[in-house]
Amino acid sequence: MKSDAAKLEHKIILGMVKKHASVLDLGCGDGELISALERENKSKVQGIEIDEQAIYKCVTKGLSVLHGDIDSGLLDYGDKTFDYVILNQSFQQVKQPDAVLKDALRVGKEVIVSFPNFAHYSARLQITLRGKTPITPSLPYEWYNTPNLHFLSISDFLDYCHRRGIKIIESVYIGKKRRVMLFPNLFALIGVFFITDNNKGE
Amino acid sequence: MGTTVTLKDDSVGFVETQHFTFAYPPDELKLESGEKIGPVTLAFETYGTLSEAKSNAILIFHALSGDAHAAGFHEGDDNPGWWDNMIGPGKAFDTDKYFVICANVIGGCKGSTGPSSLNPRTHRPYGLDFPVITVRDMVNAQRHLVDHLGINQLLSIAGGSMGGMQVLEWMVSYPERVRSAIPIATAISHSPQQIAFNEVGRQAIMADPLWNGGDYYRGPSPDNGLSVARMVGHITYMSDKSMAEKFGRRFRGSRQFLKFTPDFEIEGYLQHQGNSFVKRFDANSYLYVTKAIDLFDTLAGKKLGEVFKGIDTRVLVIAFKSDWLYPAYQSQEIVKACKLAGLDVTYCDIDSSYGHDAFLLETEEETHLIKYFLKKVSQGELSVDYEI
Repeated sequence: MKSDAAKLEHKIILGMVKKHASVLDLGCGDGELISALERENKSKVQGIEIDEQAIYKCVTKGLSVLHGDIDSGLLDYGDKTFDYVILNQSFQQVKQPDAVLKDALRVGKEVIVSFPNFAHYSARLQITLRGKTPITPSLPYEWYNTPNLHFLSISDFLDYCHRRGIKIIESVYIGKKRRVMLFPNLFALIGVFFITDNNKGE
Repeated sequence: MGTTVTLKDDSVGFVETQHFTFAYPPDELKLESGEKIGPVTLAFETYGTLSEAKSNAILIFHALSGDAHAAGFHEGDDNPGWWDNMIGPGKAFDTDKYFVICANVIGGCKGSTGPSSLNPRTHRPYGLDFPVITVRDMVNAQRHLVDHLGINQLLSIAGGSMGGMQVLEWMVSYPERVRSAIPIATAISHSPQQIAFNEVGRQAIMADPLWNGGDYYRGPSPDNGLSVARMVGHITYMSDKSMAEKFGRRFRGSRQFLKFTPDFEIEGYLQHQGNSFVKRFDANSYLYVTKAIDLFDTLAGKKLGEVFKGIDTRVLVIAFKSDWLYPAYQSQEIVKACKLAGLDVTYCDIDSSYGHDAFLLETEEETHLIKYFLKKVSQGELSVDYEI
């Protein structure tokens, strides 16, 4: 069952992608997002996914998908092959987010990154008051079974983009049921960033 | 006594091999080597019905020891075609929807022109007078068959191993004549390891005194050599795990200390495979066809990024995790070539313990991938029709 926040997240990403564009989804899972992009935005979509069973689900949907590890799945594409490269909730799960994002910015004209915000107030309370690894609607896993390898906050990502010279075209913050407009690093569960490579833009 | 086959609903039923002869002199078939050969006969079978628009044809390419009999049963034979679990009503290659063609390769020995065929000049079997054959020649010959059937563009081409090489060759030779391609457990070109195993097989055949420089058709055949070649082949088609599961270290009978009899089940299995292979395969064909796949190179001097440039074919690449003869990295190289050319490509590395044989055995996952891939490809055709 998809949470309201996740549904809103897909809707926001669909709104960021222009019609008839080419899209590469890194860590596309069972292909729900790219399937919607293909259907509603008439996108030309390509997914990469590491889980074999998810590959079968994508193929059932008629999607083109590559079975592989996104930590090494991008290198074969030429520069600016895709209009958009998407990292939807997979950014925090790769071994080397820095290298993956750099490659995503090379291969895509624009990149959309979304990830769970580790600095949500409920996570802060769980750590500081209870001294426990936080579990929130966007970070629903126990410490022992989480697929997440990196824990970052919205502020972390903003700092990172600034240091790397990455231009943020648009950022959208999502709470439990709706957008968050104020103090996103405290109140947002998910951050969605629409970014581009400042140096090598078209 | 007769056949005891009970046909299931998903079988194509009883089928017959047909023959198509072309390239009569002086219009002989020009080979990649520059030599000419003619006339050329191709043995082939078809399953399903060709649509009125002739837009639902799928050409299946067989592997090293395969033949035109890909599905269904021959009268009097209990064994179905080599890919019967994939071709039939409701199966991966659904014969209710698609018209499936499979032909024996040129150089083969199952009805198509090869070294055991009569040389029209000498009225004796060609033997080593048969010219060197390449994968491009195999594909070119089958292109004549597709012409003969009146099909301009194939909906898809598919095959595993050597069949996959023919898929890749067709993609570069006749890109405008195919809408989608399914190369399975195959390679852009053979690695030295793959060539090495084939060379052991060829040396085993040529070391058999009965081989006699390829001239043995009037006497006994080099069965021992061909049998050893097949045994080596079978080792490479299985995985360590599948062999262990199938045979373990089990003995065939009681453990005795006889000298060098096939004590272990695996030994008996290999000998059985070797002995049954010599009854259905020609040693010279084995030499010619293995050489063809060793010589095969999709790139032919081009760079990986250029080989598929400018073609518009939807591709499904399939590998199998335990296949060490055609390891996944070779399939990924095909994927890379597709990516660099901007082709629409799907790739899956299926979890299987069967080794290279998986493309014939691991049919559940393979069926799922191919069925939905073909569905998408044929839907594409429909939407184009509507737009017109």
